[in-house]
Amino acid sequence: MKIIKAVLRIVIATVLIVGAWQALVTFANLPHFILPSPFKVAETLWKMKWVIASHAWITTIEVVIGLLIGTVLGAMTAIQLAVSPLARYLLKPVLVLTQALPVFALAPLFTLWLGYGMESKILVAVMIIYFPVTSAFFDGLMQTPKGWLNLAQVMGATPRQTLLRVQVPAALPSFASGLRLAAVYAPIGAVIGEWVGASKGLGYLMLLANGRAKIDLMFAALLVLALLTLILHYLVGKFCDMLVRRYQP
Amino acid sequence: MSKAIGISIAGSASIGGKTLFQGLDMYLAPQKWSCLLGPSGVGKTTLLYLLAGLAGHVDFNGKVHADDAKPLAGRIAYMAQTDLLMPWLSVLDNTLIGQRLRRDKINKDKAKSLLGKLGLQEHVNKFPSALSGGQRQRVALARTLMEERSIVLLDEPFSALDARTRAEMQELAAEWLDGATVLHVTHDPAEAARLGQQIFLLQEAGLKQMEPPETPAIRPVDDPATLNCQGRLLRILRGEAA
Repeated sequence: MKIIKAVLRIVIATVLIVGAWQALVTFANLPHFILPSPFKVAETLWKMKWVIASHAWITTIEVVIGLLIGTVLGAMTAIQLAVSPLARYLLKPVLVLTQALPVFALAPLFTLWLGYGMESKILVAVMIIYFPVTSAFFDGLMQTPKGWLNLAQVMGATPRQTLLRVQVPAALPSFASGLRLAAVYAPIGAVIGEWVGASKGLGYLMLLANGRAKIDLMFAALLVLALLTLILHYLVGKFCDMLVRRYQP
Repeated sequence: MSKAIGISIAGSASIGGKTLFQGLDMYLAPQKWSCLLGPSGVGKTTLLYLLAGLAGHVDFNGKVHADDAKPLAGRIAYMAQTDLLMPWLSVLDNTLIGQRLRRDKINKDKAKSLLGKLGLQEHVNKFPSALSGGQRQRVALARTLMEERSIVLLDEPFSALDARTRAEMQELAAEWLDGATVLHVTHDPAEAARLGQQIFLLQEAGLKQMEPPETPAIRPVDDPATLNCQGRLLRILRGEAA
């Protein structure tokens, strides 16, 4: 019953959006190179499915690798910041600086340094998710309930064991909220990288289609990108749920 | 429990310039259950933190001294008002957390047998979220007993429980902590009258040692001497003459 309801909700929402889209195209009499009809986009999506899939695959790899590296780096930085006041003093301004610089402005540099391949796109994705992961996890690590720390201290815990067995597990819900954000940001990073300079990937395909006035293809690629982000968001969300499933009091 | 130790604590304490107590002198007799009673904010918990080595934020001018003149660190177990169970660990792993935190040898059999004796055998592999408040506090007691310490500090551990569960937990704790030097901080005169072998009253005016009921602890809830003592403690707490 729950599943039927959920499916029904998605179907109704889709019909409404597609209906409105089609109505706009029909009644405003828009040319197809400004806004193609949903059926034209669907047709292109079907006809060019293998081309789109090959580009989507590249973007997926960039996003997944970027997400993994960004998450690991972010988690390690958060732990380092939590255990070392010196690291907090030295690294925190740098961390804020990575956010003060727009990734858009850095992307051309990365392409210059790392070339047109995947590396520069992965780096943009890493840059964009590093801060939310680090910041969320660090906040969690600094807010361990005092009672647990007192208990660990009376029990004669070593600082390392307190970190591993109390502080890190207690901060997992915060880490999970950072990771959920990262899952949505990572595809943005990869696509920015592809826009700046690439020969593969959905961002590249969109730019190419746009330049040649193949707006139907651009919309098709955009739809696939949105789907990819939704799937990633869902999978990471499930993983996060698993991570914190015990935490509800 | 290892050998019995009496502890004396004497001195003055303040936090951020605000004096909590002055000229305090308290002796916790070895292997006795000492209740420390008093209104909120007089420094009961601070006193307990001083013994536990958790009082980094307190300006303490005085001395904490064990009968054998050795430091207290490593000889204390601590039970707080909240059960402090870690939601990501099973009941068994929560019981073993002290050994894990110290990287001691893990004694699962002992933990299981202890949990069994506290009536938790069916819950060993459950997570805290699946337990009732009373069961959770029992796990906290098992975790405290696992530490095998001769000094046990209790910071209002039963105050959040319902009346029936509280009475049960008092009995279990009294039975299992028999032989340890216990400091039990409480704001409940009934609890102090029931459990205390020594009863201390900490108020703004200072520390006062009270005569516990003659009946041996742990006393029945309806024991006349206990009820009488409870009434007397409450009168003093309310500022009436004893």
